[in-house]
Amino acid sequence: MTKILIIYAHPNPQKSRLNKQLAFAARTLDFVTVHDLYQHYPDFDIDVAHEQALLDKADVVVFQHPIYWYSCPSLMKEWLDLVLHNGYAYGKGGDQLTGKRWLSAISTGADQSAYKSDGSHGHELDQFLLPFKQTAHYCAMTFLPPFISHQARQLNDAGIQQQAQQYKTLLNNLYVQL
Amino acid sequence: MYQAFIFLLAAVVSVPIAKRLGLGSVLGYLLAGTIIGPYALGLVGHNVEGIMHFAEFGVVMMLFLVGLELRPALLWQMRLPILGLGGLQVVLTTVLFSAIGLLLGFAWQTSLAVGLILALSSTAIVLQSMNEKGLMNTEAGQNAFAVLLFQDIAVIPMLALLPLLAMTPSSDVASSIGLSGWQHGLVVLCAISAIIIGGRLLLRPLFRIIASTKLREIFTATALLLVIGIALLMDLVGLSAALGTFIAGVVLADNEYRHELEAEIEPFKGLLLGLFFISVGASINFDLLMQEPLVILGLVLALILVKFTVLIALAKLFKLQTSQQWTFTFALAQGGEFCFVLFSFTSQHHILPEHVTAPLVVVVALSMAFTPLLMIINERWVQPMFVSQQDNDQLPDTIDDGVTQVIIAGFGRFGQIVDRSLTLNGFSTTVLEHNAAQIEYLRKFGHKVFYGDASRQELLHAAGADTAKLLVVAIDDHEKALEIVRICKVHYPHLKLFARASGRIQAHEFHKAGVDVFVRETFHSALNLSEQVMTSLGLHAYDAHRAIRNFRKLDERHVRDIIKLEGDTKDYVSMSQKNRKELEEVLKSDINDIEELEDMQWGEK
Ligand SMILES: Cc1cc2nc3c(=O)[nH]c(=O)nc-3n(C[C@H](O)[C@H](O)[C@H](O)COP(=O)(O)O)c2cc1C
Repeated sequence: MTKILIIYAHPNPQKSRLNKQLAFAARTLDFVTVHDLYQHYPDFDIDVAHEQALLDKADVVVFQHPIYWYSCPSLMKEWLDLVLHNGYAYGKGGDQLTGKRWLSAISTGADQSAYKSDGSHGHELDQFLLPFKQTAHYCAMTFLPPFISHQARQLNDAGIQQQAQQYKTLLNNLYVQL
Repeated sequence: MYQAFIFLLAAVVSVPIAKRLGLGSVLGYLLAGTIIGPYALGLVGHNVEGIMHFAEFGVVMMLFLVGLELRPALLWQMRLPILGLGGLQVVLTTVLFSAIGLLLGFAWQTSLAVGLILALSSTAIVLQSMNEKGLMNTEAGQNAFAVLLFQDIAVIPMLALLPLLAMTPSSDVASSIGLSGWQHGLVVLCAISAIIIGGRLLLRPLFRIIASTKLREIFTATALLLVIGIALLMDLVGLSAALGTFIAGVVLADNEYRHELEAEIEPFKGLLLGLFFISVGASINFDLLMQEPLVILGLVLALILVKFTVLIALAKLFKLQTSQQWTFTFALAQGGEFCFVLFSFTSQHHILPEHVTAPLVVVVALSMAFTPLLMIINERWVQPMFVSQQDNDQLPDTIDDGVTQVIIAGFGRFGQIVDRSLTLNGFSTTVLEHNAAQIEYLRKFGHKVFYGDASRQELLHAAGADTAKLLVVAIDDHEKALEIVRICKVHYPHLKLFARASGRIQAHEFHKAGVDVFVRETFHSALNLSEQVMTSLGLHAYDAHRAIRNFRKLDERHVRDIIKLEGDTKDYVSMSQKNRKELEEVLKSDINDIEELEDMQWGEK
């Protein structure tokens, strides 16, 4: 009974601190499917039909990943390139994702103050997420306010648990709204 | 014996010299013939004609080989050039020559007979020269072949027609074997059907039985028997032997023993054809030439010019590419070997008088001798004018001409996978396999496989090693595989070589022998399995994937390192130890740790 599909993209999940816990928490919810991309496609050979079948069953699609070079890990980019093709996600007859909701659940290494015009990364994090936001719009999806965990590597266990709890609450609320 | 010695010696001396000078083998043979002929050194007796007659069998074999290359579908595709271009060439050339004859005051019968005969060109010289220059798959080559094919077919009605032109009535071919016209037609039809049906139904099982005896000379004998048998059958029913064997060749073009047949017949064809060219050279009557040099040379020039005019006009009419028009024209502007046959036929039947045929035979022989020269002129001075243009329009030619790109030696478990994955992706392959039973089985599944031992150069040649881009050695017999590699290195240095190695040592040997790419046959599948083992033991799939990737990279480097050491066992051992240690360290430290550091860095202010 998938209502929420989490596309989880972490190339090094066993070494992850935060994302691992977020995924763990999400898996306890029975309306959520966590789909670990790097587990399924270690050789980057994505099964497009399978992915689309998963999407068809979901009302909310969560993209959960760490920020890598102001973007997503490469397998997720490959996923976007292949799965969201013309006639499926956009273009003539491409209305399969219409009305579904897109949630970006993102972790960063830097803290929030680095994502300011005078910080070391020079721009708001939102601005870096623009490609994802526009991708969602182009596929007629609703782009929800992203779930952001800053300075993921600096969090202590308690901080991580707190973040995981909030993630769970958010997913629950999204489910209730459906 | 003495004669054979002289002929072989002449060939062995003159052909390499001619090739060295860039003149091609045909010219070399012809020169050798004139030198040993009765008018120069006089080393061969006056039985040149008899030898020529025998050597004409080389032409028959050549057409058999040409047929083998032409699948029926391909032949059908060529019907327009054969009938249109070939037909018009014969008709127009005949008309022009007849007109000239009439103008010179000969009777119309004589003019027409000479016209018909001179319309023919030399299949032997043209195909041999074009093959040697690699022109057969060009537009010019294909069209020239179409014309020659039509001419070879046209010889048959000519033989029937010419007697009607006799001043004194004589018997025609049909009645010479005691049958009326329609009976003769029926016999011909039966003979051709026998070739087609027999070729389709009987020969495959026959070849399978022969092949399973594993006696090569019996296979050779069978191949020769086949060609000679068909030639005899054709003679019996009054058809041209060349045409009959050509049809047989086409019928067998789909057969899995095709390449093996080619390999067996090829050397005989080469020798006989050489002999044929030598005898043409030797038969040039220099006495006649000396008596009336201007008349003879004038006639040669006229012959070439008239044919030239017709050919270039037709090439333009049929819209060949400009550069190809000239190659086509230069190639076909000569008289042919059938002219000799027909001239002797006509004088026997009192159709043409001796004093007409004798000089014409010299003219035809000289025009044949000039052909290689004309082709050199075309190559050196005419073609360069079209170079830039050619580059542009030649591209599509090379892509879909059906020439095989990949030869796969060995169609066992390994070769099959290589072949399937290549052909499904649109690459054309030619597969060679030595196990007749295996072939039979695989053909049931619709695979295109040819029988033969890939470590024989003739077979590689027949499979297209000259034009293929690369060769995959997929057989499991390592010694044999090395043999194939060595042959390719000597005869086909352009071929990129890919080999299946059973292990490190074999890989090492392949490398030393000059193989470009080798793969250890069990290496990748074992790693693949081990990756899956790691995953099912709980390692994240991507971690397992990267661990195996590292292992593969390091191990492959290890093999290459060892290969670089030429045979010193002490170095070998120490290198092995060093490599093992390195492998352990790298795999233990794990690149994930480096990434973890990276992660930390991003959190620093
Ligand atoms: C290759 C690479 C690139 C990264 N690029 C960024 C970046 O552009 N911005 C940033 O804030 N953090 C960056 N980081 C840090 C990660 O986002 C951070 O370590 C991660 O979100 C921690 O989550 P985890 O514990 O689930 O692995 C990068 C890390 C790596 C390994």
